[in-house]
Amino acid sequence: MESRIQVVAIAGAVALLVIVLELVRRRRLMERYALLWLLSAVVILGLAVWQDALQQLAQAMGILSAPNALFFVALAFVLLLLLHFSAAMSRLSDQSKVIAQRHAILEQRVRELEEARARLPSSREGEEASLARWGR
Amino acid sequence: MLHYPHNRCLAVVPAYNEQDSILSVIQSVREHASDFDILVVDDGSTDETLHFAEAAGARVLRLPYNLGIGGAVQAGFSFALEHGYDRMVQVDGDGQHDPSEIHRLMKAMEADRSIDVVCGSRFLTPDHQYPAPISRRTGIHIFAFILSRIMGQRVSDPTSGFRLYNDRAIALFARDYPHDYPEVEAVLMVHHHRLKMTEIPVRMFLRSGGVSSIGSGKSFYYMVKVLLALFVGLARVRPVPEPGEANPVAAEQGI
Repeated sequence: MESRIQVVAIAGAVALLVIVLELVRRRRLMERYALLWLLSAVVILGLAVWQDALQQLAQAMGILSAPNALFFVALAFVLLLLLHFSAAMSRLSDQSKVIAQRHAILEQRVRELEEARARLPSSREGEEASLARWGR
Repeated sequence: MLHYPHNRCLAVVPAYNEQDSILSVIQSVREHASDFDILVVDDGSTDETLHFAEAAGARVLRLPYNLGIGGAVQAGFSFALEHGYDRMVQVDGDGQHDPSEIHRLMKAMEADRSIDVVCGSRFLTPDHQYPAPISRRTGIHIFAFILSRIMGQRVSDPTSGFRLYNDRAIALFARDYPHDYPEVEAVLMVHHHRLKMTEIPVRMFLRSGGVSSIGSGKSFYYMVKVLLALFVGLARVRPVPEPGEANPVAAEQGI
């Protein structure tokens, strides 16, 4: 592989690595989502640096030009990440569904309790007492 | 009017922008099924559905955003489970289900105590005249054919939401109810969990207001999606977690 594309690949992989680590450091990216990104950056970096491995990989997969093997691996990781995010999204939408349902049930219960309390004859005094207890 | 003194009964009315019909549905349930408590699940409506339902004196679950019919009905199951109801009937807020048929669903369930779900079917009467577009009826009949083979019993109307559930079915569906177009998949879940389901003929009205969740153009998309859900559902490792297993909705452990 020509040295220029090797330099580009190494620079790109290192930049990715640094950005991901920085995001994790600033708590902008959770570790569980960072792991796949780190793995892909490391693998791409490794293949860019270690030419023999890339050559062998290209040969094993029947790819004539070694740099194409690098792109193939990178693309595979991108697909993997996208799938990972689809799964994460499914989980999140499931969670938000459960929260919405719980929220609605609890809200209904609170409304019913408030109405029941408003009907109690002693509710005014109770309210004033609790207001006094909370202070100003 | 029949009474079932040993049961606590809940009518769940899922409604999404049904301000034109919600009032008459509530009044009709109250008139024809007076021993059913009414719970309207307002699925994030943007019109006056919520206020009309509250003005009619129904209890209302107010979902903070639109979850779709599956999420709305599941909220009803959760409510029923939490409040100890042992019968729950779903009556759609668009007015296509006839509340005067509820007692017939009840009778079918009381007649055979082993039955967990009684489903109102549009296609069991000999002169069934359900005026749906041909595209939708085709889909329904395809689902009916597949489910009948799987279940080993005739399922004529798997897309009907007009169903009565007992406590076992309530507990099952409160834990897990399918997402977008739940009725067909729910039949499969009934089968997986060895619950018993039966159908009785009912009349259904055309919608009296609002817009159906399934437009005619979406029929095909709907069919493909439900077919996918059906076949994936058949191969699912664990249809629903048993007590003590990992919760399907939980924080992610690994990557």
